[in-house]
Amino acid sequence: MKKFTFEIFRYDPDKDSAPHYDTFEMEIDPETLLLTVLNKIKWEMDPTLAFRRSCREGVCGSDGMNVNGVNMLSCMTKAGDLGKSHIVIQPLPGMPVVRDLVVDVEDFMAKFIAVKPYIIRKSPTPDLEYYQSAADRKKLDGLYECILCGCCSSSCPSYWVDKDYLGPSAFMRAWRYLVDSRDEGADERLPVLNSRDGVWRCHTIYNCVKACPKELNPTDAIVSIRKMLMAKQY
Amino acid sequence: MKIQKHVYDVVIVGAGGAGLNAAQVASQHVKTAVISKVYPSRSHTISAQGGVSASLGNEEPDNWHWHMFDTVKGGDYLGDQDAAEYLTRNAPEMIRQLEHIGMPFNRTPEGKIAQRPFGGHTANYGEKPVRRACYVADRTGHAMLQTLFEKSVSQGIQFYNEFYALEIINTNGTVNGVVAFDMKDGSIHIFHAKAVILATGGSGRVFRTNANAHTNTGNGIAMALRAGFTWSDPEFFQFHPTGIYGHGNLITEAVRGEGGYLLNGEGERFMERYAPTIKDLAPRDIVSRCMQKEILEGRGAGPKKDHIKLRIDHIGAQAIMDKLPGIHELAMVFAGVDCTKEPIPVVPTAHYQNGGIAIDYRGHVITGSNGNYDNVVPGFYAAGECADTVHGANRLGTNSLLDLVIYGRTTGDLAAKYAKEHQLVDLPADAGKQGLALLERFTKANGKYTFRDIYEKMINTMQDNVGVFRTGENIKKAVKDLADCKEMLKDYKVVDQSTVYNLDLIEALELNDMVLVASIMAHCALLREESRGSHYRDDFTERDDVNGQKHTQAFLEADGSIRVDHRPVRTKPLTVDTFPPKPRVY
Repeated sequence: MKKFTFEIFRYDPDKDSAPHYDTFEMEIDPETLLLTVLNKIKWEMDPTLAFRRSCREGVCGSDGMNVNGVNMLSCMTKAGDLGKSHIVIQPLPGMPVVRDLVVDVEDFMAKFIAVKPYIIRKSPTPDLEYYQSAADRKKLDGLYECILCGCCSSSCPSYWVDKDYLGPSAFMRAWRYLVDSRDEGADERLPVLNSRDGVWRCHTIYNCVKACPKELNPTDAIVSIRKMLMAKQY
Repeated sequence: MKIQKHVYDVVIVGAGGAGLNAAQVASQHVKTAVISKVYPSRSHTISAQGGVSASLGNEEPDNWHWHMFDTVKGGDYLGDQDAAEYLTRNAPEMIRQLEHIGMPFNRTPEGKIAQRPFGGHTANYGEKPVRRACYVADRTGHAMLQTLFEKSVSQGIQFYNEFYALEIINTNGTVNGVVAFDMKDGSIHIFHAKAVILATGGSGRVFRTNANAHTNTGNGIAMALRAGFTWSDPEFFQFHPTGIYGHGNLITEAVRGEGGYLLNGEGERFMERYAPTIKDLAPRDIVSRCMQKEILEGRGAGPKKDHIKLRIDHIGAQAIMDKLPGIHELAMVFAGVDCTKEPIPVVPTAHYQNGGIAIDYRGHVITGSNGNYDNVVPGFYAAGECADTVHGANRLGTNSLLDLVIYGRTTGDLAAKYAKEHQLVDLPADAGKQGLALLERFTKANGKYTFRDIYEKMINTMQDNVGVFRTGENIKKAVKDLADCKEMLKDYKVVDQSTVYNLDLIEALELNDMVLVASIMAHCALLREESRGSHYRDDFTERDDVNGQKHTQAFLEADGSIRVDHRPVRTKPLTVDTFPPKPRVY
């Protein structure tokens, strides 16, 4: 057991004119997951704490948050792994705060949709499955595993500065479809990616790579899209 | 209070695999909306790991007759056989459709969809395990949910995300709307519709050790009960054999499909004793019972001899990282175990609600009692885990993802057709009264108890008394504890008064539904005096085919009491011969 101090961002638009921080102290096993800590605060100390959570095993992407300055999932992070006993938890940066740790993800989701994240097909559909070689399928590994938690985009300075910038999450999804051997939609997708709000705005800061809780590499996807744009001379 | 009104042809409650597949189909024909208490990509379908079944025969010979037989036998002859035929016969074409819209299935060397063995799925009517589970590594649900979300998005469906549904509007026996509130600002909305599809998932959070998301709190079932509809087979709740010890998070059956096996504390591969033919790939109810038996008889693993070990390291680190990467991550975080080197500590974990809202073989909600059971409710459909027809007393692994997409598609199609052929039925003057009363009750709740007081009492009594092994005496204790929970809910306190993302209020509403759902599970478990599938009674250890091969039907009376009657199992398939009950050995 070890003593921890959790300093948590609070804002309720119904009653607060400005955000503030509340501090909660507790003795816990350092192996305790941060989501367990938040539930404990909610159930034992302050029932008014608001946060998102669902699967509690790192796949639904609900509980991305900023912990001691780094974006991560509360359900997959142990208090003791942060190297500090004073832990500051804030909502994901660069997204409007709805309340406490809950951010507005409408714009984030809209950007994901903007890159046409689905198979676009012009040739006829076969009766059986599309043929896809194991090697071609392997190209999707490291891309399809994205859980849309927003940790990457909300860690990106370009995303903070430019509200129309599509962001690393949307680009990685675009690349997942661009490299899918079944897809024929590159011509529809590439103009969006080549636009003012597209991949050229990435400054290769690599925050997204550092933030991704699934250890994926959005910057690599962005660079790959750039190469495709160059090759196609957009 | 101002109520915002919306009019749609089809309204779908729930945005998991079933809801989204229904939505993408219905929206191709009519104006469709989806209401969900979470963003679609957060729905619990995302957590499904091992695969989705279809007798494609890509890796070895297979056919839907064998799949149908396995489904009926796996369900211990309580599943409706018309539905079992419908599900398994349509599976191959459904899976190819998912592949066509982008689901990134793993591939065989020939570039076809790859398949792996799974519990209870056999060749030639039980002869040996068969490769029937189509998979995307161990993230099949994740890939499926996102593919369906993306497909839905491409069709411009109207999503009402983070809307909490309160009431299904039953207008003189026709369902024509849903009442919900917007969690982001507390506003109230009535969705007036020609047809409503319920796809709200399960209720596994009522158990202490479970593999379910925070959101799986039985809201759809509770709403349907309050609207006067039937919950069939509530006593059958599936315990998955391999939940991570101490946490309950799922370790997919695909670990055993890929060659893993269970070991007791003495290092014995004990499933060989219980299921000599298919061993560790026996259906979930059987494996869970065998594990629990090993533990109860003193052969558990660890210092407390209270769990079982799941070994997979022998297939090699490369195979694990290729086919089971998600499991590697989960075992590392939740058990502190590197499964490429050492076994994973596991215990049975509450996983899946086998029963649900009574439906016919195509997903029309049916109701009735006293010999008149199969009345189709106009405008009302249910799909996925919240519905009951095909899985009987125990669902086979990978049949759930199949059920979602098949019943999602069928109900989406039927609801769209219904909406085209019918006019809107006027809402009654008091539409929403029930849901708003519920909301007001908890908004103003200023009593003594808060969430944890009641939640812990409920999950503990369900786990300890209505778990893998049950006795009349234990279940009675749960019935009493749950009655206490219900009383405590009358003296509840919601502290948070904000209109914005009020999680305190949402938890109160969810808890109210969970206590109702758990009470009915326990009530019906007590009434079923036999052992069948996931319902095992130490005081009635045999299956009773004379008195027991019938669906339980639970109703909620206006005074809050539970009424139970029964409905025959539909044993006649659509085109093939009935599978009569046989002893369930593997």
